[in-house]
Amino acid sequence: MAVSNDGTPFILTTVEQMVRWGQKNSIWPLTMGLACCAIEMMSLVTARFDSARFGAEVFRASPRQADLMIVSGRVCHKMVPVIKQLYEQMPEPKWVMSMGSCACSGGVFNNYAVVQGVDNVLPVDIYVPGCPPTPEQVLEAILRLRDGIAAGDPKAGLPFIQAASIGEAGRG
Amino acid sequence: MAETTTETMVLNMGPQHPSTHGVLRLIVEVDGETIVRCQPDIGFLHTGIEKQFETHTWQQAVTDSDRMDYLSPLTNNLGYVLAVERLMGIEVPPRCQAIRVLFCELSRIASHLVWLGTSALELGAQSVFFYCFQAREAILDMYEATAGVRMNLSYMRVGGLMYDIPPQLPAMVARFLEELPRWISDFRALLDGNPIFRERVQGVGVLTKERALAFGVTGPSLRASGVPWDVRKAYPYSGYEKYSFDVPTSTAGDVWARYEVRMAEMEESGKIVRQAIEGMPEGAWKTDDRKVALPPREELHRSMEALIHHFKLVAQGFPVPAGAVYQAVESPRGELGFYVVSDGGTHPHRVRVRPPSFYNTSVLTRLLEGCLLADAVAIIASMDMVMGEVDR
Repeated sequence: MAVSNDGTPFILTTVEQMVRWGQKNSIWPLTMGLACCAIEMMSLVTARFDSARFGAEVFRASPRQADLMIVSGRVCHKMVPVIKQLYEQMPEPKWVMSMGSCACSGGVFNNYAVVQGVDNVLPVDIYVPGCPPTPEQVLEAILRLRDGIAAGDPKAGLPFIQAASIGEAGRG
Repeated sequence: MAETTTETMVLNMGPQHPSTHGVLRLIVEVDGETIVRCQPDIGFLHTGIEKQFETHTWQQAVTDSDRMDYLSPLTNNLGYVLAVERLMGIEVPPRCQAIRVLFCELSRIASHLVWLGTSALELGAQSVFFYCFQAREAILDMYEATAGVRMNLSYMRVGGLMYDIPPQLPAMVARFLEELPRWISDFRALLDGNPIFRERVQGVGVLTKERALAFGVTGPSLRASGVPWDVRKAYPYSGYEKYSFDVPTSTAGDVWARYEVRMAEMEESGKIVRQAIEGMPEGAWKTDDRKVALPPREELHRSMEALIHHFKLVAQGFPVPAGAVYQAVESPRGELGFYVVSDGGTHPHRVRVRPPSFYNTSVLTRLLEGCLLADAVAIIASMDMVMGEVDR
């Protein structure tokens, strides 16, 4: 905060920083529940955890209005085209959170039906392991994502595993 | 004048839809606002859990059962361990039975709370959702104090439990039971007198007794159609015959009746929880059969036999006599059955699950025919299906 000659306070910033500030304070997740983790994702907005404190409580049912895809649970092969399409329908900038062991790596389900990690099909920005992760863990991930967005590089906030190079499915 | 022709339109609902309770896809054919035909498409959450059972030892496989019906993991645990215990002919101590009943009823309340919160949310009553989840947190706190996690507890074991209940649990349960009637009256105050809610659920989605029986619908949805069928009464397990409780029924069969039955069930479960915690027997909380249950930790330092048992159980698991058994339990959604086959080895040969949600979902085909598209949301919610269980 600075003060001009006639005493009026003013703030110096760049358009880019303003936009990032807006983005980080209004991360709207997509209402996409898959499995067990979806219940903990629902708990996220309730009174005890209250993700509204960080501007991330507005779950949108339409991918056109969402910024953050929380892949909450095991992804089976039949679901992959749906998830890919939803991701493509989300406007940029967009982020993907892989919530739970199953979404991160397939978890306990190392079998024919489950994709061994959603990062095989989507570019994941943040991984939250756990079966299911507590809402506190998800909040921590959202906070790290906010830091990453504010710093201009979402991948800077990766808490647990460095995002592997995604290849063709990634944002290039 | 040209003749007006009408043609139906096919709408796709789901698998990403806020009110299909997970990844259910409905292919709906509508004529204006009226549904002509409805075809549920399932399998978007197929996880291969039945096959996964075969890759784990008998004891490890308890963790697989949690992840089917994740809203009441303990009921799944119980169905599976009871089936294996019947194959092996194990009797668990009375304290273990009481703890199992206690937690099954708590998870029934927790599951009904999620159902109530989400189904009210879908009809536009957002605040009910917050109250329900607040009440549910009290139960999750008890889970956490006992088994260390909020969901997917795997607290039950073949031959007993993971641990004894913690010393603070009776006080937590007592406080919860004190608050439960107030919570339920709060929910009722928000919904019962709400003309919008009543309009949207009364007389909507009527499931007749004959149709419910023909489709194999069980649980509260069946009882709301006038069939007082409850596995806890019909084939009591884990000492349910010792508890006094009623099976709430209704005859209307509409969404409102299913709402009423589940609300009454929460109160009845509260009664069972009270009886279980107040009449909790002292003594062992797992079987003393060393071929099944791990020996106490302190014995490992002194007894060679205990060490051998421990090693064998952890490294190899225990064999189960060859045979097959079907064990049903009453989950919050209906009759949850486990058909377990053993070939005498340390791993299950085959585990087939009868998931109540699957049958409750299949009846949607008939239930949605002829109703308004907007009512579909209320009807789907009232059947309370969990896709993790439908698809497994």
